[in-house]
Amino acid sequence: MIDDDHSEPLLRVHGITKAFAGVQALKGVDLEVRAAEVHCLLGQNGAGKSTLIKVLSGVYQPDGGVIRWQGDEVSIIHPVFALGLGIATMYQELDVVDGLTIAENIFLGHERASGGMLKVKEANRVARALLVRLGHGNLSPSTEVGRLSAANKQIVSMARALSHDAKLIIMDEPSAVLDSEEVRNLFRVIRELTSQGVAVVYISHRLEEIRQIGDRITVIKDGSSMAVGLGVADTPTADLITLMTGRAVANVFPDRVPVPADAPVLIDVAGLSLRGHFSDVSLSVRAGEIVGLAGLVGSGRSEILETIYGARKASAGQVTVTGVRLTNGSVSNAVKAGIGLAPEERKSQGLILDEQVYRNVTLSTFARFARGGFLDERRERQLALEQMQALELRPADPDRATRTLSGGNQQKVLLARWLLHGTKVLLLDEPTRGVDVGARAEIYALIRRLAAAGTAIILVSSEIEEVIGLADRVLVIGDGEVLTTTDAHAIDEAGVLDLVMKGAAA
Amino acid sequence: MSEQNGAIAAQNDPRTEGENRPSALRRIMSGSVGRNLGLVIALVVLVIAGTITAGDRFASYDNFLTIIRFASIIGVISIGLTFVITAGGIDLSVGSVMGLATVVASLTAVQVAATQSSWILMILIPLGVGIAAGLVNGIVIAYGNVVAFMATLAMLVAARGLAELISGRRTQIVIETGFLQFTRSSIIGVPLLIWIFLIVAIVAWFLLNRTTFGRRTVAIGGNREASRLAGIRVKRHLVYVYVLSGLTAGIAGIMMLGRTTAGTSTHGTLYELDAIAAVVVGGTLLIGGRGTIVGTVLGVLIFSTLTNVFTQNNLDTSVQAITKGLIIVVAVLLQQRFASRGPSGT
Repeated sequence: MIDDDHSEPLLRVHGITKAFAGVQALKGVDLEVRAAEVHCLLGQNGAGKSTLIKVLSGVYQPDGGVIRWQGDEVSIIHPVFALGLGIATMYQELDVVDGLTIAENIFLGHERASGGMLKVKEANRVARALLVRLGHGNLSPSTEVGRLSAANKQIVSMARALSHDAKLIIMDEPSAVLDSEEVRNLFRVIRELTSQGVAVVYISHRLEEIRQIGDRITVIKDGSSMAVGLGVADTPTADLITLMTGRAVANVFPDRVPVPADAPVLIDVAGLSLRGHFSDVSLSVRAGEIVGLAGLVGSGRSEILETIYGARKASAGQVTVTGVRLTNGSVSNAVKAGIGLAPEERKSQGLILDEQVYRNVTLSTFARFARGGFLDERRERQLALEQMQALELRPADPDRATRTLSGGNQQKVLLARWLLHGTKVLLLDEPTRGVDVGARAEIYALIRRLAAAGTAIILVSSEIEEVIGLADRVLVIGDGEVLTTTDAHAIDEAGVLDLVMKGAAA
Repeated sequence: MSEQNGAIAAQNDPRTEGENRPSALRRIMSGSVGRNLGLVIALVVLVIAGTITAGDRFASYDNFLTIIRFASIIGVISIGLTFVITAGGIDLSVGSVMGLATVVASLTAVQVAATQSSWILMILIPLGVGIAAGLVNGIVIAYGNVVAFMATLAMLVAARGLAELISGRRTQIVIETGFLQFTRSSIIGVPLLIWIFLIVAIVAWFLLNRTTFGRRTVAIGGNREASRLAGIRVKRHLVYVYVLSGLTAGIAGIMMLGRTTAGTSTHGTLYELDAIAAVVVGGTLLIGGRGTIVGTVLGVLIFSTLTNVFTQNNLDTSVQAITKGLIIVVAVLLQQRFASRGPSGT
């Protein structure tokens, strides 16, 4: 070994290539992971992160390149082989079985048994030891996994990795399903792992997280490594974004457009309450105004939006849209009155993924193009296409399956749906979740443009920075109550957190 | 609002115009022809097999009419069921609701009343029975939040029991001549049953593919929550869908009464399984979100042709059952293969 000035890294990947049916997913990726470090893998959707993970976990075989594990060249021919080496992967869609207990899940596929008889006691004992190692001794190994939160399911998944004696755990966007408290806990567990010598490859969109947890960063763009093993501490965020997107990102948030003093109030919410979630929320939004709801997960933000929309039945209060009182608990009534919701879970609540894009765009309006119940698909498709082009939805192919669009473009499908409807009030719940860093600025600009055109917008986001950067006015929500209402430029992230903490203490 | 949209639209990319026109071949192959090609081939293979093994006994105009007539009753039921399955539901009660319809319509009191007023009564009553059963199914499922499988299983059992109760488990002979003349008539040499099948299929095709009703059905089956949040009245629509399935069961009841000239609680036993098989083999997704009337009709024809070929050759019905099972498995396997490709239609 010539370059053996350091100790040999745990994993060294060089020049990995992989093509699928003519599409070059990986064009030569390098990666180097040392023992006991948190190595962040950064890249936009479609950059090749998932493919690389699958190569490392033995799901795909690379077309070319070298993988060295603890100094020896290996070919990871099968997922079981990867586990044998000590490489475990936690996928985004957690692969736990809800109907089994924690211990049964941990030993799934390598059950503790003799002669076909399960050794339940031993499995529970070892499982408990693993959970303690992860700082979660409070979880009982005999609990059914279906009753756990997403965060605890992750812990089970990690315990499973440890049960295989993993030296490297690959985590694919583990924070995507967690709230901020759970993320902090996850980080604690990751630190626990690295202190025991385990290396973690951590994948996330969220740059601020990478700042917190990462030791070194590898950036992938279009199937190639742009930078390998950058130190987290000495790489500015702007550089990372530039590496990921290939262009400099100056100001992500668009300039505010002053709301005219005589702009009419489009939506008025008075004393709205939902038992067990929030109480006495009042707000009104004028045409052209963006009002943001800031608060921690569990503060009741999303529930407020859903109740305004009629998707949940309010226990008190009322919503008025352009002077018309809405029927409590009726979505179709709210839609008719001119409210549109872009829900938090875009894929499960917003879109019919296997349907053509144009049918998703017209999901709220297709009856309008019908005469006597008969659809006018030609007109429907044409108008959908016009909206898609107006929002620069790519590709502007109305017949494509919606599933194939990127997160940002799927979000545009929802916006197009409400634009076509002529919606006056837009409720946006986490509009940039699952949207690439590079595409976010575009969504922000779009939201601002909609407001400038006279739409009243209520925005909810778990990223406080996003709420403050985009909204004109901010309502800080804590424990289901409006703590304060303020102009967006009169508050910053620390201020919001301060209020929330005070609210919790009071 | 629209003004502003127009302004933004003006700056669109001219390239997109050409990009959204798929080639003619792709369009045909991804349309109804392409998707049903496998079914047509299967049907042709069966016809060839029948012609080779049974010769003229099989390949005659009369026998083809027999095959279609045989398919018509289960066909009408399957068409109604196609809507339910497309909407992401299931209706196990179709067969027994049909049986109940035949029993109620052939009650002595009804037949006497029909003779005194009009035989149309014996048409309206089965339809009413079907609609009522569908309404109960729909309300229990949509508003009572009972799983469709269980709700319609309960209806299957209950309707059969009710039919036994009111008929005293006796076969009720139809003597109303006006009704018999109508249901046993032929138009240009083609029996009425086949005409009903044809008309129901055509109406259903338009309903599923060209109307807001059909679009809602597909949307709800594709993603119920997204449909609800888009403003579609999901529960109300689901009730309509189950009513539609009940209605087709009622129509099938009329056809059954005409064909057998008798009403009995055992009519339609296990029809629900044949209907589900036909619908799924036809290409409608069992999980909902995609349905095809053409496929369902082809599915029904495949099974009735298969039965006919076996009968013409005096083959064991057990072998026939096994063959049917194989066809179902192969069809579902193929469906899974192609299910993830491309959006829906037809």
